[in-house]
Amino acid sequence: MTGIAQSRDITLRYFAWVREKVGHSEERVSIPADIATVADLVAWLQARGDGYAHAFAKPSAIRAAIDQKHVQSSALIHGAREIGFFPPVTGG
Amino acid sequence: MSVSVQSADFDVSVEIEKLTRGNASIGAIATFVGKVRGDAGGQALASMSLEHYAGMTERELERIEAEAVARFKLSASCIIHRIGTLLPGENIVLVIACAPHRHDALSACDFLMDYLKTEAPFWKKETTDDGNGSWVDARSSDDTARARWSKGGT
Repeated sequence: MTGIAQSRDITLRYFAWVREKVGHSEERVSIPADIATVADLVAWLQARGDGYAHAFAKPSAIRAAIDQKHVQSSALIHGAREIGFFPPVTGG
Repeated sequence: MSVSVQSADFDVSVEIEKLTRGNASIGAIATFVGKVRGDAGGQALASMSLEHYAGMTERELERIEAEAVARFKLSASCIIHRIGTLLPGENIVLVIACAPHRHDALSACDFLMDYLKTEAPFWKKETTDDGNGSWVDARSSDDTARARWSKGGT
């Protein structure tokens, strides 16, 4: 599968040290059709460059949200408009 | 019920007055205020900056507040969380829970803070006096505190 026809455009947003390591806070990307879960997406992002490799080096240290709701790394990204990546939260 | 994410400071007595005026069912008000400490791992803190996920933050805080209102039968409540750069001694967060009786008000305040600390998308970065900045790590004790509420504890 080439993924060209079935690739999806999704907005990715990065926060805190994930944002700093990636080098920007938001981008629109075309994701290949064979990327099914958040974990797949993280593995795909790792290969996008040094900043991404650094930011996503330890997937267990990263949390994700699909359309602004917390999800596990096994969550399916089908139909997502926006996916956020960030460290465990530290407010309060 | 109200939720606010803002850079401006808040006044606790003004917020209590707003929540309780004209509501004679309230017999107990519990408040929690979180402030910026002047030290960061043994070093003097110059400032703390708070980043958040605009949109998701408000949604999470509203969800957490609605859960507390239902669980503890609150008469009124509010959550205010500041963002941006804050100095030692400044206010960060305010939670107010109003109920007919004190146990519900106190428990709700505790519950709201445990959930806020583990689920609301805020991140703190500390800058020390020497100019070095570092992101605050999440604490496992916060997860433990959050977990006790799912065992049916009040």
